[in-house]
Amino acid sequence: MGILEIKNVNKRFGGLQALGNVNLSVAENTVHAIIGPNGAGKSTLLNCLVGKLIPDTGSVMFDGQSVLGRAPYEINQMGISRVFQTPEIFGDLTVMENMLIPCFAKRDGSFEMNALSTMSKQRDIMEKAEQMLVDMNMADKRHMHAASMSRGDKRRLEIGMCLSQEPRLLLLDEPTAGMARADTNNTIDLLKQIKAERDITIAIIEHDMHVVFSLAERITVLAQGTPLVEDTPEKIKGHPKVREAYLGESA
Amino acid sequence: MLGLTAKDTTLLIIVAVLTLFAPFILNPFPTDSAMAQFNAGYPDLMQRFVIFGIFAIGFNILFGLTGYLSFGHAAFLGVGSYSAVWMMKLLTMNVIPAIVLSVIVAGLFSVVIGYISLRRSGIYFSILTLAFAQMSYNLAYSVLTPVTNGETGLQIALDDPRILDGANAPQYPNLFGTEMNDAVTMALGPWAFTFSVGYYVCAIIMMLAFYLSIRIFRSPFGMMLRAVKSNQQRMNYTGLNTRPYTLAAFVISGMYAGLAGGLMASMDPLAGAERMQWTASGEVVLMTILGGAGTLIGPVVGAGFIKYFENIFSKINDSILHQWFSFMPEGIEDLLVFLVHPFIGKGWHLTLGLLFMLVVIFLPGGLVEGGQRLSRMFGRKAKTSDEKTDGKTSPAE
Repeated sequence: MGILEIKNVNKRFGGLQALGNVNLSVAENTVHAIIGPNGAGKSTLLNCLVGKLIPDTGSVMFDGQSVLGRAPYEINQMGISRVFQTPEIFGDLTVMENMLIPCFAKRDGSFEMNALSTMSKQRDIMEKAEQMLVDMNMADKRHMHAASMSRGDKRRLEIGMCLSQEPRLLLLDEPTAGMARADTNNTIDLLKQIKAERDITIAIIEHDMHVVFSLAERITVLAQGTPLVEDTPEKIKGHPKVREAYLGESA
Repeated sequence: MLGLTAKDTTLLIIVAVLTLFAPFILNPFPTDSAMAQFNAGYPDLMQRFVIFGIFAIGFNILFGLTGYLSFGHAAFLGVGSYSAVWMMKLLTMNVIPAIVLSVIVAGLFSVVIGYISLRRSGIYFSILTLAFAQMSYNLAYSVLTPVTNGETGLQIALDDPRILDGANAPQYPNLFGTEMNDAVTMALGPWAFTFSVGYYVCAIIMMLAFYLSIRIFRSPFGMMLRAVKSNQQRMNYTGLNTRPYTLAAFVISGMYAGLAGGLMASMDPLAGAERMQWTASGEVVLMTILGGAGTLIGPVVGAGFIKYFENIFSKINDSILHQWFSFMPEGIEDLLVFLVHPFIGKGWHLTLGLLFMLVVIFLPGGLVEGGQRLSRMFGRKAKTSDEKTDGKTSPAE
């Protein structure tokens, strides 16, 4: 039984069957990639996992508990962190503050009325955020406005913010979309390093086959809202059905 | 000191000194001079400076930090005023219970309005708060006449019960017997300075309110409120529930408004529905933006600036203008008076409106940003936000 179990999930938008009978299991401590052509339902599936959408039927269990009907913040507190396609960070805040916020969320839960506390009293949090900045190799940027950083740095910061929550499942939605080759390779290296250093499950939605084949241990191919095949990268590469549905014309 | 950084402590001390010496600072012109009408150092106006300062400080905790623009904060001010007057009618003329009650009632009222209004954000939130405030105003004006005394306004009367006050207790708002309108006038040569009890009570409360707002701004809670303004999506996906954060900010700012309303009623024991009107809600928005939303000192500067204009510019009339321009040839004198006329007296709104436009266009960070630019121009090294304005406006506390 995997850490994430998706069973018989259906989602319909008007006349469009976005997800049809999706069954998917993500094993703990693996990197699981979900690929598929445009409109295959990858993003819809992801949104069903984090509470942004509720499937019409089916169940989504994380670590034995259902996530359906819960608000995004509750699902995050269960241990699922999400990295967005365009980096979602606190642009008006400094890099350090960006890192502090998830540390507070991890320690204090979804709400804490600490209006009379001071930052200097929160030594544990300050140290943890500082360490995380060092780990992310951006300690020198701590006083920078997060919005003024480059795309690659924003992505790095967002991943760092998610990691500082010590999630059990990290969801990445096309983490290298729109990135230059060098930034893409940096992100791949960062994710490999994260995987090597921590007990963490990573589910990644990706378009870029280079990224997928460098990282994934399992790959699920979605086509027209339904999983076509699930296997190891080596087998997926040569699978005739996949070639037809996804790599079809180009391969 | 007091859990503040050195920079914030300096700011607090400067504000404290300016507030305590305001009767001197705001009266720079000798009493008999032609410029005496620009003096703002009389108790009534100084009280308004600090009371509206408190109102704007509180509003800034909501608007400046979370970015939620409430257009109904005057409702909490009005509710605070009514509560304070009722306390003075029923229990005692001592201002302490009145002020405490006004803060509590405004807090409860803002929990209800905030809980409903915060289901939406942006323009819809603003419209909801505006609708609630106008409802409150109309209720106070007509339906709730038994409680609010309708358009006459709620006043104290000699035959009010005041169960805690003895037979010889003061008939006016007081602090353990010292009446709020007690004042000492000190004559120094041609100058006259008035020190009133009421002003110093308001001033001390404002300093406490200001200190509290610095603490909130610098706390982890304050950082979360700024995060709400910056990116709610990221907040939600970082395991943080934005609703209680915004509600807490809303209630805190509602309590500040209630405190201001309670103080207003304590200085002058009456409360009228017009205090809750939408223009009053709009005024605090103007104060905050004019001074600099999201900065510590900005709202206080903005409040002082607007109240100064309202009370000083509105008093200039045509005969005063004729005096000023009397050295000119007659035709030109009349022409100048004719040209300036729309901007003074009842036209002070026009002057304020123009100034507001200039500030918003050229100083998006408000008067505080103007002060920062000035101080940088004069060679002082650039500092980060929340710099004080160096004597930029005379009535700035």
